[in-house]
Amino acid sequence: MCGIVGIYLKSKKFEKSLGGMLSKMLVSMESRGPDSAGFAIYNRDKNKLFKYSICLNEMNFDRFKKEIKKKIKFSKLEKNSDHVILKSIEKPSKIVPILEDITEISLVGYGKSIEIFKQVGKPSNVVKKFDLNKFSGSHAIGHTRMATESAITTDGSHPYSTGEDECLVHNGSLSNHNNLRRKLKKNGSKFNSDNDTEVAAGYISDSLKDRNLKQTLKKGLSDLDGFYTFIAGTHSGFAVLRDEIACKPAVIAETKDYVAISSEFQAMAHLPNVNNAKIFEPDPGIVYSWGK
Amino acid sequence: MILDLKKLRLRSVNEKLQNIDRKKNKRDFVISNPEGNHAVCAGLIDNIDVIIKGHVGYYCAGMNQNANITVEGNVGTGVAENMMSGKVHVKGNASQSAGATGHGGILIIDGDTSSRCGISMKGIDIIVKGSVGHMSAFMAQSGNLVVFGDAGEALGDSLYETNIYVKGKVKSLGADCEEKKMDKHHKTKLKELLKKAGSNIKPEQFKRYGSARKLYNFNIDNVSNY
Repeated sequence: MCGIVGIYLKSKKFEKSLGGMLSKMLVSMESRGPDSAGFAIYNRDKNKLFKYSICLNEMNFDRFKKEIKKKIKFSKLEKNSDHVILKSIEKPSKIVPILEDITEISLVGYGKSIEIFKQVGKPSNVVKKFDLNKFSGSHAIGHTRMATESAITTDGSHPYSTGEDECLVHNGSLSNHNNLRRKLKKNGSKFNSDNDTEVAAGYISDSLKDRNLKQTLKKGLSDLDGFYTFIAGTHSGFAVLRDEIACKPAVIAETKDYVAISSEFQAMAHLPNVNNAKIFEPDPGIVYSWGK
Repeated sequence: MILDLKKLRLRSVNEKLQNIDRKKNKRDFVISNPEGNHAVCAGLIDNIDVIIKGHVGYYCAGMNQNANITVEGNVGTGVAENMMSGKVHVKGNASQSAGATGHGGILIIDGDTSSRCGISMKGIDIIVKGSVGHMSAFMAQSGNLVVFGDAGEALGDSLYETNIYVKGKVKSLGADCEEKKMDKHHKTKLKELLKKAGSNIKPEQFKRYGSARKLYNFNIDNVSNY
C-alpha cells in the first residue's frame, strides 16, 4: 500500500494555503498508510541561508541547542515538535559532518528551499503535531506509510532526502535495493536505514551529478527493479514516474493554478476547482515533470 | 431521490440502494458529491437507475445485477468488476482493470481506460470509446471487448474465447492472441453492441482479435509462453 501525494503551484494564488491543501491530502490517504507520515515542503524564495531539517528523536532540545552553540557560530534554531530547522549561512560540507557527529539526532534533509518533517504515527496525528496547515510554499510532497520491508521508525519514514533540496516518496517496493546500496556505498553514498526507498533516493542523488532529473528517472527504469510510483522533488518542482507494469496507482489533476498528484482521487477531492481539472493517470514508464 | 455523500455515510447509501422497497417503485436515484469514494453502488441487485454526479474511486458498481448506473466523471480501479447483468456507463475515463471478471451485462466507457481492461472477463460486453492500456483482455474467457481507439501492449495475452474488436492501432498482441476473420455473425453482434453504445460506426471499420488456441493444453514447445 502506502499513499503518496504532491502539489506543485503554477501561480502564487494558493502559496499561503499549500500546507492546508497537503494536510487534507495526507489525512485522506491514512487508510493506505497508517504507520507513519512525512512531508517535504519547498519555498521558492531566494534564500541565502541553508535550512537543515533535524529530528531530535529522544534528545532534549536545550541540550541540542547547547551542542550546536558550541560547534556552529552563526545559526538559528526553529523548533517544531520533535523536529528542528537549523538555519545557517554555513555550507552543508561543513554543517552535515557536525550534525552527523551528534549520534542521537537524525538529519532528515537540507537545502535552501526544502524543509522535511516525518514521524511515526497516524498521518492525522503527524499533520497535527507539526501543524502542517500553517505552512506556505511553492510545492510539496507527502507520504503515508504502510511498512513492509523495514521497521516503523523515523528513519524508515518518507520522504527521503539524500542530496541538497532533493527528496523522494515511493509507493511500492524494490527488489534489487541491497545490490544497488552496495554499489552506491562504494561510490561514497551514505544510508541510514535498511529501507529500499532510501536506496532509490541515493541512486537519484548520485545520478543527478551527471544528469538532470528527467534523464535520471529515465535511466532508473532500467536500474531500479520492482514496483513503484515515485515522486521526486527538487528546489524548482517535481517529477513523477511509474514502473512499466504500473501496478501502483497514481492520478494527476491539473488546473491553471496547480498540479496535484495522489495515489487515489479521493485525496484531491477537496482541492479548489478540482472537478474542472484535467484528470489523468500517468502512463507507465513515462517521466512527467513540472518546474525545471 | 438525491443521496448526498457529503451528508450521508457511504455505507448507508449503498445499503439503501441494495435494499429497494419493491412495492414503492421508486427507481431513480442520484448520488451527489461522490468525492472519489470507493465501492459506490457496489452489489446492487434491482432494476434501478442511478446517476453518480462526479468522480468515484475503486470498485464502483462492483458485482452489479440489473441496475443501470451512470457515472458523470472518472472511475478508479475495477469499475463494474464481477458484474453479472445490467448496465454501467462511465462518461469520463476509467483506471485499471475495468470490468474485471465480469460475467454479464454491458460496461460502456466514453473515455480511455488504463491497463488490464477486461482482465479475466467471463461474458461481459465492454465498449471503450477511447483507448485501452497494456495487458487488456488478459486471460479473457468470454464476452466482447470493443475499442474505438488504440490498444496498448500485449492485447489479449493468454486469451480464451473473448472476441476483441479494435478500430485503432494495436501496439502488440499478447501470447496466443491473433487477428481473426470477421464473419457475418461477428458483424451482426458488433453492430448490435455499437447500437447499444449509441454509435453508428460501421462494424467493417474494426478488426477482430481472438485466441489462436495454442496454449489451451500444455505443450513443451510453448513453455516460454506460459
